Amino acid sequence: MTTTTPSRSTGIGRVLIAVYGLLALAATGRSVFQLLDDFDKAPVAYSLSALAAVVYIVATVALIAPGAVWYRVAWITISFELLGVLVVGLLSIFDPILFPAKTVWSGFGAGYGYVPLVLPILGMLWLYRRRPRPVALETAGRTTGTEV
Amino acid sequence: MIEWFAYAQIAVALVAGLLAVALGLIGKRPADITMGATALVEVLLIVQIVISLLAPAFGNTATGSTLEFWVYLVSAALLPPLAIVWGLVDRTRWSTAVLGVASLAVAVMVYRMYQIWFVQVA
Repeated sequence: MTTTTPSRSTGIGRVLIAVYGLLALAATGRSVFQLLDDFDKAPVAYSLSALAAVVYIVATVALIAPGAVWYRVAWITISFELLGVLVVGLLSIFDPILFPAKTVWSGFGAGYGYVPLVLPILGMLWLYRRRPRPVALETAGRTTGTEV
Repeated sequence: MIEWFAYAQIAVALVAGLLAVALGLIGKRPADITMGATALVEVLLIVQIVISLLAPAFGNTATGSTLEFWVYLVSAALLPPLAIVWGLVDRTRWSTAVLGVASLAVAVMVYRMYQIWFVQVA
């Protein structure tokens, strides 16, 4: 079965990529600063912050890079972000001692205008709209003989 | 950091950002007005860098972490040029929106810098 993965870097997807890039930059900048400045204050929160920053970078790349493999990487990283913002958001409310300091995900991303909460959802909608599709029927029919 | 200059900078970045996002959404390609507004945001950031370099010599120092302040300021100064390059390469309406997103991000970052400089609670 031949499928084609439409480009994810067209139209409004470009704005999505820009915002992802921005969040990757913001998370990386803050996390580098936290790791250098006072890692001992909140090792769990800061390590998670650094992990989040790396995942945002990979997600940004996955949205830009073409092909089915990157499409899957985009789904994995964006799902991870949604999970992260939900779990850490809840934890930072119920267990503020574990997350004493601000991270990208604490308070459901409140420190970043809830962008970390909204962005994965928009990202998933975009990925769903640009999902790999079987090559159009007539084309597939014509090429059946040559395929294994 | 000088208080009124920071306010002016936030105001300019907000107006430039909202304008470009709006023009992008109604389908305008990057034009002199949106590119120029983003360039103005960058010029103000460069002035801010000069002010913040000189201010400590006049006894005007940050109440918060100087390192954190500069991480924000340097990253903020990188955004408008990147967005402008984006707008030159990709001549679609979405680039106009990206210009706006960059300026809005600068507004937020200058606000954070303002907090670090003047009102450090922690």
